[in-house]
Amino acid sequence: MNSRNYIKIELPSRSVNEGIARAAIACFAAQLDPTLEELGDIKTAVSEAVTNAIVHAYPDSIGRICLRGRIMTSGELEISVRDWGKGMEDVEKARTPLFTTGGPERSGMGFTIMESFMDKLRVRSKPGKGTTVVMRRTLEKRRED
Amino acid sequence: MEIRAKESGGRLTLYFSGELDHHAAKEVMRRAEDLLDRYMPLDCTLELSGLSFMDSSGVAVILRLYKRLLNTGGRIWLENPQEQPLRVLDISGIERLVKITTTAKERGR
Ligand SMILES: Nc1ncnc2c1ncn2[C@@H]1O[C@H](COP(=O)(O)OP(=O)(O)OP(=O)(O)O)[C@@H](O)[C@H]1O
Ligand SMILES: [Mg+2]
Repeated sequence: MNSRNYIKIELPSRSVNEGIARAAIACFAAQLDPTLEELGDIKTAVSEAVTNAIVHAYPDSIGRICLRGRIMTSGELEISVRDWGKGMEDVEKARTPLFTTGGPERSGMGFTIMESFMDKLRVRSKPGKGTTVVMRRTLEKRRED
Repeated sequence: MEIRAKESGGRLTLYFSGELDHHAAKEVMRRAEDLLDRYMPLDCTLELSGLSFMDSSGVAVILRLYKRLLNTGGRIWLENPQEQPLRVLDISGIERLVKITTTAKERGR
C-alpha cells in the first residue's frame, strides 16, 4: 500500500454536500498540520471539484459522488473526486480558463483554481461514463514525525 | 450564509457572513437583488470581513451584482475580504472590474 492513511466518502450530488465535503477533507488533512493558507487552498479545490460533479455531471438528477483523501508515503496529500455522470468530450478544452458550458451562474474558473491551488491536477473523463479528478498537494513540513 | 444591509446617503453596504458557495449562491443572489431593488443605491459596498469561505460560485455572484449595478449606473466595491476569499478573488482577475479595499492590514503580496 502506497498510502499512509486514507478516507473514502460517498455522497449524493446534493448541493448541501459541498460544505460537508470541504469540512471532511479539512478534517482529514488536519493530521498533516497544514497552515491556514494550505487548508484554505485545499478546501477551495475540493469545493470546485465537488461542485462540478453536482452541477455538470448530474445536471437533472441526483447521482453518486465518491470523495477520497489519501496521505501518500511521500507525505503528499491526494484528493480525488469521482462521478459516474455526463463526462466530457474534450478535457483539455474544459480546463481552459474561462471555458464554461454553464450559464451566467458559472464563471469557468473551477479548473483554473484547482490547478493553481494544488501542485498537480489530473482529469480523466469519458462522455456518458463519468469523470475523475485527482489533485495532489505537498504540505510544507513544519514538524518532525 | 447571511446578508445584512445598512444604507446611508445613497450608499448601501451589504455585510456578507458565512460561506458563499454554489449551495448558497441562489439564495444570496435573490436576497441581494431584493435589497438592491428596495434601496436602489448608486454605490454598493460588499463588506466581506465575515465571509469565511468563497469559491468560483461566489465570484459569479459578485460579477452578476456588478453587472446589475452597472446597468443602473451604479458601482460596486469589495471591502475587507479574509485570506481565502482574497486568494480566489485574486486568481479570478475580478479586480479589473471591481475594486477591493482593505482597511485592516496591508495586503500580503
Ligand atoms: N464532473 C464534470 N462532469 C462533466 N463536465 C464537467 C465536470 N467538471 C467540469 N466539467 C465541464 O468543464 C467545464 C469547465 O469547468 P470549470 O469548473 O473550470 O468551470 P465551470 O464549472 O463552468 O464554472 P465555475 O467553476 O467557475 O463555476 C464545465 O463548464 C463543464 O462543461
Ligand atoms: Mg466549476
